[in-house]
Amino acid sequence: MKKDIILCGVGGQGILSIATIIGEAATRAGLYLKQAEVHGMSQRGGDVQSNLRLSTEPIWSDLIAEAGADLIISMEPMESMRYLAYLSKEGRIVTSSKPFVNIPNYPDEAAMQKELDTLPSVKLDIETVAKDCGNPRGANMVLLGMAAPAIGILSVESLREAIATVFARKGEQVVEANLKAFDAGVKACGM
Amino acid sequence: MKKLLLGDEAIALGAINAGLSGVYAYPGTPSTEITEFIQNNPLAKERGVHSRWCTNEKTAMEAALGMSYAGKRALVCMKHVGMNVCADAFVNSAITGVKGGLVVLAADDPSMHSSQNEQDSRFYAKFALVPCFEPSNQQEAYDMMASAFDFSERIGEPVVLRVVTRLAHSRAAVEITEPVAEKPLSPSTDAWVLLPGIARRKYVALLEKQDAMKAASEESVYNKVETSSSKMGVLACGIAYNYVKEAVGNEANLVKISQYPLPEEKIKALAAKCDCLMVIEDGQPVVEEMVKGLLGAGYPVKGRLTGDLPRTGELTPDSVAKALGKETGAVFAPAQNMAARPPQLCQGCGHRDVYTALNEVLASYPDHRVFGDIGCYTLGALPPFKSLSSCVDMGASITMAKGAADAGLFPAVAVIGDSTFTHSGMTGLLDAVNDKSNITVVISDNLTTGMTGGQDSAGTNKFEAICLGLGVEPEHVRVVVPLPKNMPEITKVIKEEIEYKGVSVIIPRRECIQTFARHARAKKQ
Repeated sequence: MKKDIILCGVGGQGILSIATIIGEAATRAGLYLKQAEVHGMSQRGGDVQSNLRLSTEPIWSDLIAEAGADLIISMEPMESMRYLAYLSKEGRIVTSSKPFVNIPNYPDEAAMQKELDTLPSVKLDIETVAKDCGNPRGANMVLLGMAAPAIGILSVESLREAIATVFARKGEQVVEANLKAFDAGVKACGM
Repeated sequence: MKKLLLGDEAIALGAINAGLSGVYAYPGTPSTEITEFIQNNPLAKERGVHSRWCTNEKTAMEAALGMSYAGKRALVCMKHVGMNVCADAFVNSAITGVKGGLVVLAADDPSMHSSQNEQDSRFYAKFALVPCFEPSNQQEAYDMMASAFDFSERIGEPVVLRVVTRLAHSRAAVEITEPVAEKPLSPSTDAWVLLPGIARRKYVALLEKQDAMKAASEESVYNKVETSSSKMGVLACGIAYNYVKEAVGNEANLVKISQYPLPEEKIKALAAKCDCLMVIEDGQPVVEEMVKGLLGAGYPVKGRLTGDLPRTGELTPDSVAKALGKETGAVFAPAQNMAARPPQLCQGCGHRDVYTALNEVLASYPDHRVFGDIGCYTLGALPPFKSLSSCVDMGASITMAKGAADAGLFPAVAVIGDSTFTHSGMTGLLDAVNDKSNITVVISDNLTTGMTGGQDSAGTNKFEAICLGLGVEPEHVRVVVPLPKNMPEITKVIKEEIEYKGVSVIIPRRECIQTFARHARAKKQ
C-alpha cells in the first residue's frame, strides 16, 4: 500500500509543519517515507510544495510522477490547482477555500472557486474554523484534520499522537489547542 | 538506530560520526543545513568541532585544507557556485595533496531553484583530477562520508562529494552507526610549497594516483551492476538511479555510478552486452560526453545531448520514464484560473524601504543604472520595485558599477547586502576607492545572512570601520535607518551622495524582520 501526497501553499503558511507531523506518524508506524521539501528562495511569499511519499514497500524516487498523487493538501485554493498534472485519476484535493492574495494578477475569485468545484475536491474556510476553536494560528492543523481520513495509510489517531509529540516541547496548552483544531478539521470534512 | 534525516543532515551526521574535527562553510542553498546541523549537534558541541560560518567559500576551503595539513578530518560545504569562489584553493589542494581526510561538499542546483546557473560540480572534480562521490539517497549520503574521509586519507587527495537539491532537501530514514574518534593532531612533514619545481613533482604524483582512483571506482560498492535481458544499457548517476528503478524496477541492464572517475571497465562490459547506452544524470551531460569518448564514435550513446532527456533542468520521474520508453502523463488538464506566484520581499523588510527611496531619487536621473547582487534584495529586480539592472555573482554589484562608471555611465549605483559585501564586495570597493570611481554603494545591512535563513554575518558591527579602512572618505560613509517614516532623510542622503563625484557608501541598517521575530520569540520563552 502506498500514499503519495503533495502538500502546497504559499511560503510561510506552515505546510512544513504538516509534513513534519505526517512524517512523525509514518516513522512511528514503521512506514517507508520520502519527503522532498522546498527551501530557500521560494519560501519568501512564493508558491511552495512538498512531495510526501508513504508506503509499506521501499520507495525509490523522492518526487511523485505525473498522475501519481493520491492527495493534494493545500493551504490555498489556487495553489491546490497548480499541481493538477500530478493528481491521479482517483486522486482528490483537500484545500483551504480562502484565497491568499499577494500578487496583483490573482485570478477572478468566483471563476477560480467554480473551477475548483469541478475537480474532485473538498474545501473549507480553515482560518475561520481555527479562529472559532480559539487557535487562530492553527489553520494548518484544521487542514490536516480535514485530510486525515483520506490519508488512509495512517490512522486519524496516529496523527493525533504525532501532533502531541511534535508540539510537546511547546507545552501542554499548545498541544491541546492544536489537537482541538485538528479535531475540528476531522469533524468539518464529514468523512 | 534509524533517524529521519534530510540529505544535508545525513551528510552532517555522517561526517560527525566519521570523526570530523571541523566544518568550514559559507551559507548557500541547498547546502546550508549541513553546517547548521553540525552547529546544533550535541556530540559535535561536546567535541568542540569547529562549525562557525566563514566569510566566503575560499576562506572556508583554505581553513579546511589547513586543518587537513594538521592531520585532522575537515569538511568544506558550499553550493555549486561556491566552487567558483574557492576554485584556486580547491584545484591547488589536489596538487598539495592532503594529510587528514578532506571532503569538499558541493550542492548543485539543477533547475536553479535558488541559483543563477546549473553548473555541475563533477566537472570540477575531473578538472582537479580528484575522486568524486555522488550519493543516490540519504543512506548513501550518510555512509559515504566515512568512505570519503577514509579514501581521502588513503589516496592523499581531497574528495568531492556532489549532491543535488532533491537529495539535499529530501527526508528519509537513515540507519546510524556508532561515532568514531577524531584524528589526533599530527601535522604534515611534507612540503606544501607550490613553487614551480615542487609543484611539477607534485603534479606528476597526482597523475600517478589516477590509476588507483580508477581501480577504486571499479571496486566501489557504490558503483553496482544490475543485469536484465534489455538491449538498452543504462548508466544511472547519483539520484538518477532512483528514477530508473521507479520507472523500470529490476528490468534495467545498468551500471549505477556513484563514484568517479568513471568505472570504465564496468561501462565497457555493459556496452558490449547492449545495443546502446542511455546516460541518465542530474545536471550537465558530464558522463554522456566522457562515455562518447570512451566507446568511440560508432557506439550509440543517448542522453541529454541527443534530446532523449531534456537538455536543462533537474531530472524527474517522468522525464526518465519517457527516456526509458514508459508512457507517463497527466490525467487532469492544467488549471485555467492560475497565476505565477514569484517570491517577494517580506512585508516590513528594510530592503523594501531602500528600494522605495532609491526609486524615488533615481526617477529624476533617467540614465541611471542600479547594479544588484546576491541575496533577498535581488528580489528588488521584480515588481513592484523593478530597480535592478544586474545580478551576476557575489560582489559584482560594486565592481560592475565601477566599470560602468569608468565608461561614463552616471549615476552608477550598487546595492549589496551586508553578508555579500564581506564575502566578496570589499576588494571591489578598494579598487573603486583607488580609482576614485564615481559610484554610490548601498550596503543594505540587515545584520544577518537573510536569504539562507538568518545565519551570522561576518561583518556585523564592522561596516563603517571596514569602509573607512579601505579609504572611503568619512563624510561619504552615511548610515540611515530604513523605515517609511525616515523616507525624507534617506532620499536626501541618497541624492547628496549621488551628486558627490567619487565613492560614497550608504548603509541602511535595520535587522531582518525574520530574525527579529525569532529573537523576540526566543526572549519570550
